[in-house]
Amino acid sequence: MRTVIVVGGSAAGLAAVQSLRREGYGERILVIGAEPHPPYDRPPLSKGFIANNLPFEHIRLGEQALLDELGAEWLVPARACELDLERRMLRLEADDRLRFDGLVVATGVSPLAFPGPSPHGVYTLRGLDDAEALRTALASAPRVAVIGTGVLGMEFAATARKIGLDVTVIGNAPHPLARQFPAAIGELLAARHREAGVILRLNAPVAGFEETSGHVSGVRLADGEVIPAELALVAIGSKPNVDWLRSSGLPIGDGILCDARCRAAPGVYAAGDVASWWHSGYGARLRIEHRMNATEQAGTAVKNLLGATEDFRPIPFMWSDQHDVKLQSYGVFPASGEMEIEGDMASGRFVALCHHQGRVVGALGWNAAKTLRQSRMRLAEAMEDIRLDEPTLTFA
Amino acid sequence: MRVIIEQAKCCGAGQCVLAAPDIFDQREDDGIVILLQENPSEESRADVLQAIKVCPALAIRLEG
Ligand SMILES: Cc1cc2nc3c(=O)[nH]c(=O)nc-3n(C[C@H](O)[C@H](O)[C@H](O)COP(=O)(O)OP(=O)(O)OC[C@H]3O[C@@H](n4cnc5c(N)ncnc54)[C@H](O)[C@@H]3O)c2cc1C
Ligand code: SF4
Repeated sequence: MRTVIVVGGSAAGLAAVQSLRREGYGERILVIGAEPHPPYDRPPLSKGFIANNLPFEHIRLGEQALLDELGAEWLVPARACELDLERRMLRLEADDRLRFDGLVVATGVSPLAFPGPSPHGVYTLRGLDDAEALRTALASAPRVAVIGTGVLGMEFAATARKIGLDVTVIGNAPHPLARQFPAAIGELLAARHREAGVILRLNAPVAGFEETSGHVSGVRLADGEVIPAELALVAIGSKPNVDWLRSSGLPIGDGILCDARCRAAPGVYAAGDVASWWHSGYGARLRIEHRMNATEQAGTAVKNLLGATEDFRPIPFMWSDQHDVKLQSYGVFPASGEMEIEGDMASGRFVALCHHQGRVVGALGWNAAKTLRQSRMRLAEAMEDIRLDEPTLTFA
Repeated sequence: MRVIIEQAKCCGAGQCVLAAPDIFDQREDDGIVILLQENPSEESRADVLQAIKVCPALAIRLEG
């Protein structure tokens, strides 16, 4: 292979470049990245970057020296807009055409917008530019409304509360993190948020926004009630960045549909939030929107691009910081799973195990990172024996 | 060789401890990395390199 192109210059893209070099690939690497910034870490954007006013240097992934050492050509900002599989050609928005022998797609996801028109003051949060705009807007002490009770929405609510603002979280689920974890965890988290002064409006579908001279003044619920707010964050999920691949013939569904080795087509691999792949351990198709997976998956995808034949069978891992709670989880939490608490839920430190088909398949730590890690072995053993009910699981 | 960690970047995933339990540990509640040996012996090099490779936050470096 003379040229490997990596599309997407963030967590998975950078990990792909690192893995290429680590595995001994010495030829040309081209990175096409839509953002103008050097690679940076997204998780702090909803946490310390806003709450503690962190400088960019703090969230950068890899110093300049490390990037230089890797010897890849970074074409940024540049956007890939078409893939010709037959001629092994990539077209950029600027109309350049680039030939490749191997391709790694790591284009991530974009936040879903709220349907209908959004006045000024309504934000989504995915990248550095979003976080900087939010940081500036939060400085004028608006009342904050967060739409969505997933990980991102709850983290942002905790952050806005930490800097002293009035915060209301609105969602149609019965408790936070309803798609990720069993109800008991979500309810405990809801209690922690209320204790910290966050107002939660659960089971409350949003109808739209109220505005005054083009700027948001409130969030209107389906029953007509208006929650006053000068700043609203929409955190209702995201969609894989695959539109540019629609004409390519690559299998596209909820993400790029890869096989068990992260391969989408001969010589074409995907990694990170955008990649859906067949997890041969769980016997299910997964797509994971978590940081750890971006690094791990890029590593395996690249090895396979270079000739290995390894299935990608990770134990999914995620973490989230909300108020003084450090949540971490390994494994999977099927809706039909049963929870068992190790330790005292009220103590502010415990591990919750998720049982499914007679095995422990998921483990969640609540301020118990170290103890949690010890349950990881059990999850690896169980992986072989269980089958997940859902055909597709998205961890987000 | 000298191992350098940046606790400010660490996300507490514990991957380094899995890779090199003699060199790294984690704080109990938030899982932030703790360095057990700053100057480990040459035998640990492969383990430390593995930890560097799997650390999602790029929070570990090796000098020498
Ligand atoms: C605010 C926030 C907080 C988070 N917190 C946590 C957390 O606490 N714990 C956790 O586990 N995970 C967290 N995550 C998730 C984690 O950041 C992601 O899983 C990770 O960033 C995925 O990396 P990626 O490289 O696959 O995708 P991305 O980081 O999204 O990178 C994709 C890159 O590709 C670029 N791109 C897209 N299309 C094109 C194109 N056509 N051409 C060129 N470039 C393109 C994009 O601009 C982007 O730079 C958080 C995410 C966000 C946004
Ligand atoms: S692997 Fe990296 S991020 Fe995880 S605990 Fe170790 S140093 Fe921290």
